[in-house]
Amino acid sequence: MPPNPDLSEIDAPQPSFADRRRWFLIGASESVSVPGLVLCTAHVGFAGLAQEAGVSMGLAVFMVLAIWALPAMVVLLGAILSGAGLLAAAFAVALSSVRLTPMVVALVPEMRGPRTSRLAMYLLAHFVAVTSWVIAMENLRRVPREFRTSYYFGLGSILVVVNMVVVAAVYAVAPALPPAVAAGLFLLTPMYFLTSLWGSARETATYVAMLLGLMLGPILHFVAPGFDLLGAGLLGGGLAYAVHLMQVRRT
Amino acid sequence: MTITAIDTWWWPYAFVLIAGWAMTYPWRAFGVFLGGRLREDAEILVLVRSIATALVAAVVGNLICFPAGPAADTTLALRLSAAIVGFAAYVFIGRRMLLGLVVAEVVFGLGLYLGY
Repeated sequence: MPPNPDLSEIDAPQPSFADRRRWFLIGASESVSVPGLVLCTAHVGFAGLAQEAGVSMGLAVFMVLAIWALPAMVVLLGAILSGAGLLAAAFAVALSSVRLTPMVVALVPEMRGPRTSRLAMYLLAHFVAVTSWVIAMENLRRVPREFRTSYYFGLGSILVVVNMVVVAAVYAVAPALPPAVAAGLFLLTPMYFLTSLWGSARETATYVAMLLGLMLGPILHFVAPGFDLLGAGLLGGGLAYAVHLMQVRRT
Repeated sequence: MTITAIDTWWWPYAFVLIAGWAMTYPWRAFGVFLGGRLREDAEILVLVRSIATALVAAVVGNLICFPAGPAADTTLALRLSAAIVGFAAYVFIGRRMLLGLVVAEVVFGLGLYLGY
């Protein structure tokens, strides 16, 4: 037994392409799961919203590929719907996506092997979003370290491609849908966010932030239209953090 | 500069690239950069998570209260009860995403059928 397991990994032979491909396919196949299915339904909802906002099929599919974060995509749609300018839209999207940083920070140590290049990590980071993150945090432990990037590449890229197809398909069939079904589509995206936000919460502050945001969004929509999302985020998040601080001080 | 400001085929794509990709990818890249540097339980991350959660929750609240398209013709009471009952089913019966979604849709469908 070598004294240092990390060094022995560096000495190990380069993994073969066939092995990498095998783990890529395992990752790809694990996109077929309940969170993966629910993500597809959330994209069905997104496609419906995009169509209402007057976004073309090509642009909606491009949004999936380029942004790959449903909250950011829905915030951007909201900005487009309200006729916001580039700066206002960009600022709202940026604020809704800060959460991606801590997610990636948590994922990087799980995914990096002894030979993983920084470039590979920067490329794979594009695929980080709630669903692939949840699946990866749960399953990466079972994947040998040198194949974790192959596994995550398979999982992330297939999720992106499948959901691009889903969005295009909704555009193709939506005109034929009965109005009751079309109306029902709108619930898919909010329910996906409600359940995934609640499920991924780590501390009380997150639950408080979620409940405050749910109420503040619509209230500020009347009080300060155009500033509703930013205001609800800063105010609700700040108050939730204050609750967290009081909790910490008490213990 | 709105998305309809320049009347060419590429402007909406540029708009999405600037307001979409360029506002999301850097957060991911920053996460790789921080990598092991920032501890996962760092205090600042609690504030970051809280703001991000409240913002996304505000999006959800607005989607339910002010929907566009065919859902705009339904009543607020129906949309609210469908979302609340579905979410309650998720929280209290085993935390299954799919269950919450199906219950919400069933309540919504029943409500529409009964004329609410």
